[in-house]
Amino acid sequence: MGETPPRSADAGTGGIHVASGHGRPAGASARVAEAPVSTRTPGGDGLGGGGGLPRARAFGAERAFRGLTLAAGTAVLVIIAAIAVFLIAKAVPALRANTANFWTYEGWSPNDTAPKFGIGTLAFGTVLSSALALLIAVPVALGIALYLSHYAPRRLGTALGFLIDLLAAVPSVVFGLWGRDIFVNPVRDFSVWLNTYFGWIPIFGGDGPFGKSIMLGALVLAIMVLPIITSLSREVFLQTPTANEEAALALGATRWEMIRTAVLPYGRPGIIAAVMLGLGRALGETIALAMTLGITFGISFNLIENGGNTIAANIANAFGEANDTGRGALIASGLVLFTITLIVNITARAIIYRRREFTESAA
Amino acid sequence: MSTTVAQHRTRPPAQPASLRAKRLPKYAPPAIAVGAVAVAAAVVYGTGIGGPVLVVAVAALLYLVGLFAAAHAVEGRRSARNRTWSALIHSAFVLAVLPLASVVWTLVSKGVERLDGNFFGTSMNNIGARDANGGAYHAIVGTLEQVGIAALITVPLGILCAIYIVEYGRGRFAFAIRFFVDVMTGIPSIVSGLFVLAFWVLVVSPVFNDGRPGFSGFAAALALSVLMLPTVVRSTEEMLRLVPAPLREGAYALGVPKWKTILRVVLPTALPGIVTGVMLAIARAAGETAPVLLVAGGGAAINFNPFENNQSSLSLFVYQQAGDASKYAPARAWTAALTLVALVLILTIAAKLLARRNRLGR
Repeated sequence: MGETPPRSADAGTGGIHVASGHGRPAGASARVAEAPVSTRTPGGDGLGGGGGLPRARAFGAERAFRGLTLAAGTAVLVIIAAIAVFLIAKAVPALRANTANFWTYEGWSPNDTAPKFGIGTLAFGTVLSSALALLIAVPVALGIALYLSHYAPRRLGTALGFLIDLLAAVPSVVFGLWGRDIFVNPVRDFSVWLNTYFGWIPIFGGDGPFGKSIMLGALVLAIMVLPIITSLSREVFLQTPTANEEAALALGATRWEMIRTAVLPYGRPGIIAAVMLGLGRALGETIALAMTLGITFGISFNLIENGGNTIAANIANAFGEANDTGRGALIASGLVLFTITLIVNITARAIIYRRREFTESAA
Repeated sequence: MSTTVAQHRTRPPAQPASLRAKRLPKYAPPAIAVGAVAVAAAVVYGTGIGGPVLVVAVAALLYLVGLFAAAHAVEGRRSARNRTWSALIHSAFVLAVLPLASVVWTLVSKGVERLDGNFFGTSMNNIGARDANGGAYHAIVGTLEQVGIAALITVPLGILCAIYIVEYGRGRFAFAIRFFVDVMTGIPSIVSGLFVLAFWVLVVSPVFNDGRPGFSGFAAALALSVLMLPTVVRSTEEMLRLVPAPLREGAYALGVPKWKTILRVVLPTALPGIVTGVMLAIARAAGETAPVLLVAGGGAAINFNPFENNQSSLSLFVYQQAGDASKYAPARAWTAALTLVALVLILTIAAKLLARRNRLGR
């Protein structure tokens, strides 16, 4: 039909209830919208009577808008690339100036005239604290998620789930402050107790001082990633098809057997992804660890003596007095952290994408 | 179960009074718990190796073992496992609630100490180690300005990017953008701080600043927008996908061009969900310390201009006061932490309530 576009456009937007309720989305878009209206009025020479489909114009609003969104999408790729490029560009001069081996040297003094710094101890501390934190947090988080999804009364589960989501939003600096001022006391008592009775095990050995240790850092980290892993895996558990659960129960399974045979296998990819995301968060955590660890350099498996350091915490602590080479060295360590988290995240995302295909084909 | 049924069939006279299998009496689990606590207390205090915390830990262990043994003897192996796992799951919940409740309690009880007008009305300018007052006015100004600028940058960019992914993007390139938005979600905040340090503070801003590195609130806003962008894109993307196809098709059928359909029909329909996502992103950005620490400089005086000179932020203020040697600093740190958490939680709760009220589809 040879309807004039302006009329049909107004009918299209005005006729839909939701759109009319909100009015025009933004001033800019309203202004852009007027352009074709003026060119295609019936009195104009754009379209003759019954002129069929409107022709695509080389520089129409459609193309401009499409180009705008394309540019925004490309910006994401540009930002990721820029992060890598700028970090490398600033890290290379510092790495050239380094007089020690970057991978094996135990220490961090890049501000000297002969700069010496090594990533080994920091990477070790980062991996150790994150691994410990996950070791503590994952079983507890899965327990809470199961409790909220399958054990607690429905209303209580929803309310507590909301609360857990809120706790995931609490800033890390607050956890760091709490760990440094409050939580350090019970952890120190526990460390002394462990040292007294289990001091013969090397990880609980040493002769103090105790408290601001890898254990405190890992526990604070565990408490921080707990809400994240819980809220993600709770959602996965809630998505288990009711038919699977009821089938298990109808075959006489106890509640635990139902969870083991229906809920956990269904949720396994989701759990893995949640754990990997928690790991990514733990690896990159800065402020809480900068406040709770007793910054030292050296590779040690001792969990309870003051000490420990991570890449991110070192950046926060050493940044204040860093000179040009010092900043470059910190950026180089940040590049290593970026690479580690990138690998962890890409793995997690790959698992999620595979799961998405799996559920779509199953549905 | 099937075996018992088969047995009943072969020997009808031996049928029990009830169809159900034998169960532990109701009083058994509490009784086992009391016994476990008694034994644990006797062992711990008898040998003198610990205090009440150890008693609870040992008692919990004994309870689990005792429950398993009793249930195994009366109800069989499967039921015993069921009971033990149930107890474990409940105790995981209790175990996690304790520290989280402690965080909340400490925050409130220590935070109210300095919750007065002075705290919100003054800065830390000229406040020495022996001064009890001093406040976070400059930090609150910094947080609001940095987060506001970050939102101004992120919201248009993020929404346009999501529109590209959902409405226009096809094939490998769109998939790559989606994938890297997901990957960007996991970039550590300190790395985004380092990026802006390397890019803006050390390379670009010296051009306007006589060659000196320009630490500023705007740099912090840039770092925060790197962190906010993926959150905004992801939530907008999900909301756009939830817009019913008939709405779009109706507009197309009436001859509305695609771009106008997106701006006038799709976006307004998805708007509440998008607002929710943006608020959650803002809440997350407001709590970030590491990037602000690296690129904003963190001054003690009030600075309303985000483009010049050092600026502080609430989270950075908490970190600085926590590291301060003054005996009045911890109280300031806790009150600032309480303010920060209140700000973040209000945003989060408002966003979630909005999401619950305007649920699209699902």
